[in-house]
Amino acid sequence: MSTLAANQPLPEFRSSPVFRFTMLLPGALVTFLLILFALGLVLFLALRGNDGSLLGAGFSLSNFITVVSDPLYWTVTLRSLVIAGLVTMATVVTAYPVAYYLAFHAGRRRGLLLFLVTLPFWTSYLLRVFAWKIVLAYNGVLNSALIESGIWSEPTLAFLNTPAAVVVTLAHAYAPFAILPIYVALDTIPKSLLEAASDLGARPFTSFRRVVLPNSMPGVLAAALVVFVPTVGDYVTPAMVGGPASTMIGSLIQSQFGKANDWPFGAALSVCVMLVILLVVLVARGADRRFGSRT
Amino acid sequence: MKRDGRWLGLYVLAYLVFLYLPVLLIPLFSFNDSIQAAFPLQGFTLQWYASLYGNPALSGALANSLVIGAVAASGATLCGITVSYMDLYGRSPLAATIGAVARLPILIPGVIVGISLLILVNLVGLGPSRVAIVLGHILVALPTTVVIMRSRFAAIPRTVREAALDLGASDWTTFRRVMLPLSLPAVLSAFMLAFLISFDEFIVVFFLAGTEPTLPLYIWSQLRFPRSLPTVMALGTVILAVSFIIAGTAEILRHRGLGAVRRNPA
Repeated sequence: MSTLAANQPLPEFRSSPVFRFTMLLPGALVTFLLILFALGLVLFLALRGNDGSLLGAGFSLSNFITVVSDPLYWTVTLRSLVIAGLVTMATVVTAYPVAYYLAFHAGRRRGLLLFLVTLPFWTSYLLRVFAWKIVLAYNGVLNSALIESGIWSEPTLAFLNTPAAVVVTLAHAYAPFAILPIYVALDTIPKSLLEAASDLGARPFTSFRRVVLPNSMPGVLAAALVVFVPTVGDYVTPAMVGGPASTMIGSLIQSQFGKANDWPFGAALSVCVMLVILLVVLVARGADRRFGSRT
Repeated sequence: MKRDGRWLGLYVLAYLVFLYLPVLLIPLFSFNDSIQAAFPLQGFTLQWYASLYGNPALSGALANSLVIGAVAASGATLCGITVSYMDLYGRSPLAATIGAVARLPILIPGVIVGISLLILVNLVGLGPSRVAIVLGHILVALPTTVVIMRSRFAAIPRTVREAALDLGASDWTTFRRVMLPLSLPAVLSAFMLAFLISFDEFIVVFFLAGTEPTLPLYIWSQLRFPRSLPTVMALGTVILAVSFIIAGTAEILRHRGLGAVRRNPA
């Protein structure tokens, strides 16, 4: 038992080693083994040649050379970036007014509305994507509704299997991700700042542009990041509603670990995706600092 | 200012319709007496729900999902509690590092979480299996449980913990008898949301499943057959209903008792 006197200054100093070890163990196992070590394995495998064995053979940069020299991978990477960029922009821009309403106008309905916008976050992603498949299909909901209402006379193939379908579906699937970070940023803006702006004669729009918007940028950047990361690596939505013209980098990685069966090359593609994400995070960090992060 | 609010309110309403309408089509067409999900509606039927019964592949997948969800949620909740507690009160670089890395999966696309764990489980000889899925789902749910538990522990006034320690309670006693009971609603909430994440998860499980699929994998396998779409919609409706109930309960639990802790720390 503790032999320390009751007037020890800092309670933290009494921490017993057994307590610390036990409390740190589960987190240490998961973070170091399942996250860091597993990511290390991906990097290791990316530098190996494919000889059909689990960890490949020899060390070479040939996987990365293929990625860089084959225009196919540039096309797909660029397409993934454009799709993820459009999705991110669409979700953030449409989410901002909702977050603004929640922070400044919702009043007593705030709790209910917050609950309603976050609820879809907890429902199946697969089902949300599947819903769009039945909406956009040739003999699907949208076509049949347009024909029923007389706007259209023939069903069109133009909805499904297009990159636009991927953008709409992903924007819908990840919409709930964007609202919360922006709302938190808006909600923590000190009300005195807004009062000061209006006292100093700023019109509502000026005060929004010069005070509210810059102060909410950390939330906007966080929202952009949590939408961008899962969408840039997505492979389910392109497979479900995208058709062959919407293959994304995630689809290529998935096929390397499936049909194509070239794990080292799939690992190299994964490393490239992580590098792109790292770059985006660094840019977001830099922008965050410019706006004076409050987090 | 007031008029802005009204226009914005309309916008929020439209946004909510956009958010919910596509998803609500699944229940709508699950009662429709037609293979096609198209207008006009063909009349009411419960046959697609009836076809869910007596399907061994489906009940097997359901059982798998429930077991995996329960085990993964327990693991993720345990990690969420310990990681956030030590991150807040451990005062060590190691605890802070673990706390930061635990939130890293947010910045890793699911496909990469999936393949990195696939390599790992093959390396240790486990292979794609239910254990592999549990590990994957602990990772996917970890940021959520850490964030929920961290904000709950942080909402308990420091003085409560310091009083316990000053009165001679050991770390263990303080954690087990004071901090944990005060955070119990958040623990339940974290567990339920982690369960939901695992239950609905598809992107990672796709790489880690062996011969025993989970429910989302079963749905995915059925999507190839146009004839089974109505059955998938009936199943999807049940899943959506259960998800709404669990998420709603978790949300209520998360906010419950917070005020009481703040007002009356003893």
